[in-house]
Amino acid sequence: MNRGRIWLRSASLANLLFLYLPIAVLILFSFNASRLSATWQGGTFRWYLVLVEDQALLAAVHNSLVVAAVSTFLATVLGVSAAVGLERLPAGRRWTVEGALLLPLVIPEVMLGVALLLFFVMIKVPLSLVTVTIGHTVWNVPIVAVIVQARLQKLDSRLVEAALDLGATPWQAFRRVTLPLLTPAIIGAVLMAFTLSLDDFIVTFFTAGPGSTTLPLKVYSMIKSGVSPEINALSAMLVLISMALIGLSLLVQRQRH
Amino acid sequence: MADTSVELRDLVKYHGATLAVDHLSLEVRAGEFFSILGPSGAGKTTTLRLVGGFERPDRGEILVEGRSMQNVPPNLRPVNLVFQTYALFPHMTVFNNVAFGLEMRRIRRAELRSRVSAALDMVKLSDKHSRLPSQLSGGEQQRVALARALVNRPAVVLLDEPLGALDQQLRQEMQLELKAIQKQVGITFICVTHHQEEALTMSDRVAVMNHGRVLQVGSPQEVYESPTSEVVARFIGLSNHLSGRIVTVGGTTCRITSPDIPTTQPLLVRRPPGPMEANRVMLLLRPERLHVSQDAQAGRFDNAVSARIEKVTYTGSEMQYLLRLSDSVLWRARLPNSGARQERFRVGEAVFLCWNADDGVILTE
Amino acid sequence: MGIFFFIPLLIVLAVSFASRGTDGGVEWTFSLTNYAHLADPLYFRIYGRSIALALATTALCLLLGFPLAYSIARAPIRWQGIWLLLVMIPFWTNFLVRTYAWMFILRTEGLMNTLLINLGVMTQPIELLYSDWAILIGLVYGYLPFMVLPLYAATERLDLSVVEAAWDLYATGWSVFWRVILPLTKPGVIAGCILVFIPSLGAFITPDLLGGAKTMMVGNLIQHEYLVMRDWPLGSAISFSLMALVLLAVMAYFKTDGRLDRLERGV
Repeated sequence: MNRGRIWLRSASLANLLFLYLPIAVLILFSFNASRLSATWQGGTFRWYLVLVEDQALLAAVHNSLVVAAVSTFLATVLGVSAAVGLERLPAGRRWTVEGALLLPLVIPEVMLGVALLLFFVMIKVPLSLVTVTIGHTVWNVPIVAVIVQARLQKLDSRLVEAALDLGATPWQAFRRVTLPLLTPAIIGAVLMAFTLSLDDFIVTFFTAGPGSTTLPLKVYSMIKSGVSPEINALSAMLVLISMALIGLSLLVQRQRH
Repeated sequence: MADTSVELRDLVKYHGATLAVDHLSLEVRAGEFFSILGPSGAGKTTTLRLVGGFERPDRGEILVEGRSMQNVPPNLRPVNLVFQTYALFPHMTVFNNVAFGLEMRRIRRAELRSRVSAALDMVKLSDKHSRLPSQLSGGEQQRVALARALVNRPAVVLLDEPLGALDQQLRQEMQLELKAIQKQVGITFICVTHHQEEALTMSDRVAVMNHGRVLQVGSPQEVYESPTSEVVARFIGLSNHLSGRIVTVGGTTCRITSPDIPTTQPLLVRRPPGPMEANRVMLLLRPERLHVSQDAQAGRFDNAVSARIEKVTYTGSEMQYLLRLSDSVLWRARLPNSGARQERFRVGEAVFLCWNADDGVILTE
Repeated sequence: MGIFFFIPLLIVLAVSFASRGTDGGVEWTFSLTNYAHLADPLYFRIYGRSIALALATTALCLLLGFPLAYSIARAPIRWQGIWLLLVMIPFWTNFLVRTYAWMFILRTEGLMNTLLINLGVMTQPIELLYSDWAILIGLVYGYLPFMVLPLYAATERLDLSVVEAAWDLYATGWSVFWRVILPLTKPGVIAGCILVFIPSLGAFITPDLLGGAKTMMVGNLIQHEYLVMRDWPLGSAISFSLMALVLLAVMAYFKTDGRLDRLERGV
């Protein structure tokens, strides 16, 4: 038993090393003075300064934030209503609707990308930030719905009955009991949708037009033109941002309890 | 009809294909503590949910204070439910939980405060008003649930297995307390329970229910002493039974013989109520009313039958005996453990089982 | 919402039966040629490579993920949160960045080669990037968290006393795993496999960056047909058959186990 435990521990540690070593190396070399070499040539902040002055990059960051904010808002409203609506459907019809709602989650993202591309071309809508935002919303609605619905199913239906019993109308029961209890799940879903939108490459790749370059698209084109310490610096910043987002979500959830 | 609080008329409720409530009619009087007693799956909770408005009856009618509840949603019924799991709102403090109903009815702030405080006083929780439900013990949560219902001064409070989640000792304390609170506020309580002692201790009247039907309604004493059917009798603890035939009839008693046991003389039992046309009867006896002794003790007891000890169980507070009267009849006897002087019997020993006519219940078949 | 999802899918289906126009557009004459094209040995190899890589990725993730998920679930509660957080951070980190990290390590002038030469293991750098192995590493690295989180959810629910009962009944470590732990965590195993298999099969970024022109996967093929060759009907036929493949896998899962083990990883 003890030997098994030691084996488990070391396997887990090896796993974590595998997960973190590449990221750690990446961040470390973002401070490397040499442009070409993979050997350490002394520290510098130069690459970060180059990034901050890159106007195209800043424009891409701006685009990404706008798309993420708008699509997260839309996906949250639609996803929460879908989850709540689903819970009220009779069991028979629920299964079909649920399946349809979850389908975007199980098809490959490339498929969704090309489908949206064809769709926008067919209805002659020019590709722009708007089409990117629509794409991200379509991608995020089921994710929000699934997270909220998982919480909704764990809620004791008797709590709503108790509210009704105490004189609340169905709307008051939703506002005063269901919604506050769903809040942690909704916050989690918002953060998830926001992060996924910020990071999304494939759907964006197919639905973006000229002038609607988002941060991942920019990162992709930078990577495609070759390894450089600027990309390392940018990556380090992105890792930092995602860690900050996780920290934020943990903080919010801790305060709730 | 002034003193009828709740009336159920011929209620029928199906859950899918199963009949949960079967042509049920009941009248609950204003201000009484009424219990519905029955095994799990008897349809008790469904009945309560019908009164609360969470389910609609397939047939029949519910009247609360003479007003039909048909098409009245739960939030407009003058009825409040104490849920089995309490269903306290986990994100609200004790105070806000109790105040919820008053807020929904837009009671003014000052009155709301004083009514919530009074309700919390009554359940002895005034010092915990700002706690969250998760910070309370099971017993305290139960009291909050009760206060949350009482504070609205409904016509009826419905209680679904109110003490089911509590441990034995707390349960006994709360039985008395619930009863006292009910007397104090004078609100009609309808309580559903599968716990016989609980129902008998707290209630003014008890309805025994099984398979969606009410089998008997009466005071705890009536139900306990004079069950009118075998199902009620068994549920109320009369587990020894013997079928027989009436041979002679007296004023208040009669004598029966049974083909199932060899007896020297017919057994003296109470005379069953009603006409004596059918002379086939069933005798039922409580294990705790039987006496076990080495001789027949004629003179002290009306009846004595011989038996052989099959099994002895020592539970601390009492001795339990399994006794064989004949090949087909096996009875139980429970004797309080009264100390070292008490006569103890061993497996295989031949003994007499003695009882008086009043100890048994006789049902015509 | 449905408009932006189901109508586009139907368009893809429709286009997959149309013909390619002269100028790269779509000509609405019904044909099955696009599907016939799929049997082309060139495409067939890409399909085969995709499925093989996706299967290998799933198997490796399971192998690596199970011990990790199990020891997280068995750690003291206080530590579980921290461990989970450590698994979540890469999951929330940009996929491009994580793939780029491997480019940085594996390329000819990269860290791995530099390190091996400096250590004297070899004298000449070798080509590590642009191979199936590089893709496999990238995919496993990218999707490992998808495996760990549902596995954790399943093992966490596992009642430890059941495992102890197995020990008590003379089971060895190996048979405890096979006879008790694995069957009880099966829903999590299946959910994790699905969550890894689907994106691996349709992967685009990983093969694009870590693989070369010779190591295309289906995702790249679709992109290539759409955006480079501008042969939309053929691209549609390929995407539709990819989706059919994935849906078959998911349906097989639903058959064995009812419901998707909800993305409990989310919150």
